[in-house]
Amino acid sequence: MLEFISQHTILTALVALVSLSVLFGAILGFAAVRYKVERNPIVDQIDHILPQTQCGQCGYPGCHPYAQAIVDGDAINKCPPGGQNTINALADLLDVEAPSLNIEHREESTIKKVAFIREAECIGCTKCILACPMDAILGAAKQMHTVIADECTGCDLCVEPCPVDCIDMIPVEPTIQSWKWELPTPITFIASDKDVLSPEIAA
Amino acid sequence: MSINEFFIILLSTVFVNNFVLVQFLGLCPFMGVSNKVESAIGMSGATTFVMTLASICTYLVNHWILAPLGLEYLRTIAFILVIAAVVQFVKMFMEKTSPLLYRVLGVFLPLITVNCAVLGVALLNTQKAHNFFESTLYGFGGALGFSTVLILFSAMRERLAASDVPLPFKGAAIGMITAGLMSLAFMGFAGLANQ
Repeated sequence: MLEFISQHTILTALVALVSLSVLFGAILGFAAVRYKVERNPIVDQIDHILPQTQCGQCGYPGCHPYAQAIVDGDAINKCPPGGQNTINALADLLDVEAPSLNIEHREESTIKKVAFIREAECIGCTKCILACPMDAILGAAKQMHTVIADECTGCDLCVEPCPVDCIDMIPVEPTIQSWKWELPTPITFIASDKDVLSPEIAA
Repeated sequence: MSINEFFIILLSTVFVNNFVLVQFLGLCPFMGVSNKVESAIGMSGATTFVMTLASICTYLVNHWILAPLGLEYLRTIAFILVIAAVVQFVKMFMEKTSPLLYRVLGVFLPLITVNCAVLGVALLNTQKAHNFFESTLYGFGGALGFSTVLILFSAMRERLAASDVPLPFKGAAIGMITAGLMSLAFMGFAGLANQ
């Protein structure tokens, strides 16, 4: 048998490769069982829904820690970048009532904003640079800072730390490139529900 | 092996025959993961790890399995198999035993596994008939050279992102030009060491 295999080159190659593959497959299969990591799948699911801006407005250092905190029993309405849609999706996933966005965690803003530093007033303290989760502020100690508008997500975390209040959040004017068709406002009733749900509309 | 040869291999792989800028291997992570210095450093760590490991494993497979059976022509496919399996195993092992290291390197490991620089180092090792120690050093040196240029390049790209580049050159175009200029500069090392 062995002699037969070694006489036919194609068989030698096949046997060698197949046995290598089987060996590695066995090792990996063993490793998958032996080194299995226990993870809470619900944390990953929640993390998947969160917008991944890592802005920290919820009070946690990022989206994944907030997902962990939700599992540990924190409220689901602390994510301003995600807005009501994220809260609804989370409520749907966790099968709870969807609360409205926590006002303490700033109102939801549908207008895209971008930070702007009034450069004449900037004293170069670097505090806003440290606060920026996106690395969108450029500058050095005692040098004027400026915001890279393309990188700024408008999370306004830099406004608070500025000692001279020289940072404004200015709304971004839509250009031809960035303009989007506005989504229709959600309609919560159908024609036959009119008089039941909202008498004033029916009237 | 004398200490001299040791330094010649290292010098040769890092500067003279740099994998990225002179041999043009591993260009996709070079262009793809060089937007930020932090991710470049993570990628460098993963690459160094994988390339050294790949050199060791492929040498062993080539020397103990392929060569005695006269199956050298199966090198490419066997090396791909070995590298993929070993990296996957190490990734699982790392995730369990050292979550911190896994957080730093984990995402980059699968990215670099099937890279041409990794396969290239394995094939060059057999082509140059390196022994075990030389192979390991060659892989490590190659990865060191890759890391050096990747980190240099990402630092330059961070500066480029903030500078006023003429519109037609913005983004990838100026990146390509910068990479070309770096490659020209590294060609200046040619002839410094012959390995």
